[in-house]
Amino acid sequence: MSAQRAGAQVPSAGGEAAAGAAVSGPPRAARPVRDGIGLGLAVGVSGIAFGAAAVSSGLSAWQACALSLLAFTGASQFALAGVIASGGSLLAGTAGAILLGGRNALYGLRLAGVLRPPRRRKPLLALGVIDETTAIALAQPDESSARKGFTATFICIYLTWNLSTLAGAVGAGHVAAPQTLGLDVVGPAAFLALIWPRLKAGRRERAVAAAGAVIALATTPIVPVGVPVILAATAALAAALVSPAGDPRGPDTA
Amino acid sequence: MTGTWIAVLATAAGCYAFKLSGLTIPQRLLASPRVRRFAELVPVALLAALSAVQAATDGHAFNLDPARLAGMAAAIAALLLRAPFLLVIVAAAGTAAALHAAGVS
Repeated sequence: MSAQRAGAQVPSAGGEAAAGAAVSGPPRAARPVRDGIGLGLAVGVSGIAFGAAAVSSGLSAWQACALSLLAFTGASQFALAGVIASGGSLLAGTAGAILLGGRNALYGLRLAGVLRPPRRRKPLLALGVIDETTAIALAQPDESSARKGFTATFICIYLTWNLSTLAGAVGAGHVAAPQTLGLDVVGPAAFLALIWPRLKAGRRERAVAAAGAVIALATTPIVPVGVPVILAATAALAAALVSPAGDPRGPDTA
Repeated sequence: MTGTWIAVLATAAGCYAFKLSGLTIPQRLLASPRVRRFAELVPVALLAALSAVQAATDGHAFNLDPARLAGMAAAIAALLLRAPFLLVIVAAAGTAAALHAAGVS
């Protein structure tokens, strides 16, 4: 994979990520796997919270495990459990949970160009298209590291999330709140850390990130849970439309 | 119970269909520079939004939990100090857990 090609596919990760790696020491090749496994373990254990929440919502342990095995996207799973717990309509709950998964389609759109999977592998890879795998893959400086990071994160989260869902579903009632271990801050901190190189790369990335966060926070009180994050995509849309064709961000994005 | 199973399986099928659709949309649709820029910027917008929403809200309400916000502040400090990724996570979770243990929030 030529540097130019990788630069075009993973814009803006190049310079800053390389600088970060040089400062923080460990060889770059080891980072996508190490970071992916670390994030996978930290996020995967919150499957305990899902399993426990699902069972106390009225789902059976089998249903909780089926959601983790087949839907495998935490926000949608929590959303469905929440609606069932509140006695809401199953149809509305299902629609909301699926809508929440809409952002994974946008991630897939981007990942297809970076991972470039052969057609026959797409059905399996698709299961792994979630926030964490996308964030790790797109934080890598080249396509090869992106593939390694995606795969390591996917495998680690899939195993941990499903085992911990089972543990939480079976042990519901004996589970400590995730806040006790600070696990409630793992997700937001990880997502911020993973887009950090992009934020340092350009004013436009910073503007898009800030606008996305503001849009999501501002709409949180008034639209269904989960929708604010999808609405944040309009920040990317606006930036993509107003940007001049000649891109000022530098050689690696041309 | 049957209704719940249908909801579970329909949610799984719908979520999977969304994931697969993004991966299988023909890449030539991304040929336009504007569409490509959109696809490149979408993860930045969505992950920033997700980070903000998870850090500062619960459900429909703002929830400025001091321990969680301190955890985020620790993460930002670690990032500014160029700490490696896993150290950023440990700093955030450790700070939040310590404050929870101390009875904050």
